[in-house]
Amino acid sequence: MSGAASGHAGQKRCAQVLNEALHEIFDERADVYVLGEDVLDPYGGAFKVTQGLSDRFPERVLTTPISEGGMFGVAAGMSLRGLRPILEIMFGDFIALGFDQIVNGISKFREMYDDQVEVPLVVRTPMGGRRGYGPTHSQSLEKLLLGVPNICVVAASECHDLGSLLRNAVDDERPVFFVENKLLYGRVNRRPEDGHVGELGLRESAGPYPALSFSGTDFSEGVATIVTYGGMVPIVLEAATDLILEHEIFCEVVALSQLLPMELEPVLESVARTGALVTVEEGTLTGGFGAEIAARVSEQAWSDLRRPVQRVAARDGIIPSARPLEDAMLPGVGDVVDAIVALEGVRS
Amino acid sequence: MDIAALYERMYFIRRFEETLLDLFAQGKLAGTTHTYIGQEANAVGIIDHLEPERDVVFSNHRCHGHYLAFTDDAFGLLSEVLGKATGTCGGKGGSQHLCKGNFYSNGVLGSIVPVATGIGLAEKRKGTGAISTVFLGDGALGEGVTYESLNMASLWKLPVLFVVENNFYAQSTPIELELAGSIPARGAAFGIEVAELDTTDVAEIHGAARRAVTRIRETGEPYFLVLHTYRFSPHSKGDDNRDPAEIEERRKRDPLKIAGERLEPAEREALEARAEKRLAETVEAAEAAPAATPEAA
Repeated sequence: MSGAASGHAGQKRCAQVLNEALHEIFDERADVYVLGEDVLDPYGGAFKVTQGLSDRFPERVLTTPISEGGMFGVAAGMSLRGLRPILEIMFGDFIALGFDQIVNGISKFREMYDDQVEVPLVVRTPMGGRRGYGPTHSQSLEKLLLGVPNICVVAASECHDLGSLLRNAVDDERPVFFVENKLLYGRVNRRPEDGHVGELGLRESAGPYPALSFSGTDFSEGVATIVTYGGMVPIVLEAATDLILEHEIFCEVVALSQLLPMELEPVLESVARTGALVTVEEGTLTGGFGAEIAARVSEQAWSDLRRPVQRVAARDGIIPSARPLEDAMLPGVGDVVDAIVALEGVRS
Repeated sequence: MDIAALYERMYFIRRFEETLLDLFAQGKLAGTTHTYIGQEANAVGIIDHLEPERDVVFSNHRCHGHYLAFTDDAFGLLSEVLGKATGTCGGKGGSQHLCKGNFYSNGVLGSIVPVATGIGLAEKRKGTGAISTVFLGDGALGEGVTYESLNMASLWKLPVLFVVENNFYAQSTPIELELAGSIPARGAAFGIEVAELDTTDVAEIHGAARRAVTRIRETGEPYFLVLHTYRFSPHSKGDDNRDPAEIEERRKRDPLKIAGERLEPAEREALEARAEKRLAETVEAAEAAPAATPEAA
């Protein structure tokens, strides 16, 4: 059930889906701009998501100097004055250079100016490792954004309607950070067919950034819930399938796309059925996505939990360049399987 | 140029800021403030050339003078600083975080410069003909993002007026300990047209600002205006360890003194009386205004 093997014929790769969505957005809205490094044709961005845009819309695609801090500010200024910038940050690691703008400007303007302004802008950025890019080009830093009030953090997965997510982000009145895992680009956008992705049944929540809930047993008999997002989704789905085939353990999987404000309802619904929760993220463990989910589920669904929430994440360290070292650092299928198997009472 | 009108605006800013410091001393203000006392000629001389309905101003932590010169909204500012519901940002922003119409300010040095650059980009793309003016000080020249902004504004030919008000101190640190090289050369290095003035004479600043604004309106390109100035008041409230003799020497070039001497004494007194009356009414109204409360927010 690994992604490439189970991709449905005729479905497109995620980079192409995002690229087509950008073209449609530019066709529909004259106020949308793209800013980023190396986004002009023929190069079309480091991951080719902006390809063809500057040829068609030369006035609205700006290639920038390597000035991420300044670019975040420029996008904020454009947004304050009625335009809709989409800022492409070439590697998610580089959002660190924009944090003053994010924390002290973009996220604050609306509320500190007493709702006199809106700051609608989208920051698209690839996160994640497994490509051997090493410590500063492989991180999943979205967890740093989860503590910033008044922004929206969206993480696309290959099973989501990527074009719809991106269109909704551009239409959003809030600043939206749109996280694209690097491995996503080359993979097929696996949209459900007849309510299934592969062998797993799928439910999709409402709203602009839906959560996808997966079950191999029609949302009954699951003994644990796994909540994850983004680039970990195919890994977790593979683990869920392995758990069925090799251990006869049935899990529900919730793949969030809206990480902030955190969409907890699908998780709580699933935990009410399964009684156990494992969080899975590619970022480092401490102070992360899983920590926040664990705290909230403990607060709101303590009586549903038969055992403590467990977290699967990267080790608190750097992401090494050498592939065997990187693989050891980042959570994989085996780590997810192990975490579920280790849950007390999960094997009845 | 209407020197009487400029004088009255400067005088009002001066007295507004002095009043804030008094209110602090009386315990009626909480938080912090950074007063503009001594630098009034810059805001008044420049902003007289801007059109509040069209142009945009982004200011910094020391923003009251710019705000008053651009919006003339003394009640909104005072009640904001007093934490009143009637404040320009409902009490949420306070002294450093103002927004009204086309005026914005924010409290992190340098942080505003790329935002103002993006505003220039937006206005240029929208074809409004607006100028985006950003006020920064010598302190903000220590922030890297300032230079990223100069680069982009020049590269993209954006209608941004960068005003550097060099008051020779970054909080308590004198310029010789915080800044190397030349300030005007910083603008020139990016291919931006530069003017430099060492004056507190509002008439001279007004003339230089007219040339700057005219150039930007003609070319649509950025301009870097360096004004050497001085603040007589502390950085914020009590934090002043400068040599009192230095401050006294600078007071000889008080912009109010220079402009005031050009007015007939009777006219000057009348302008000052009018400003005092307006200020007293503003203080009374702002003090009487309802406090910002979580319910109202």
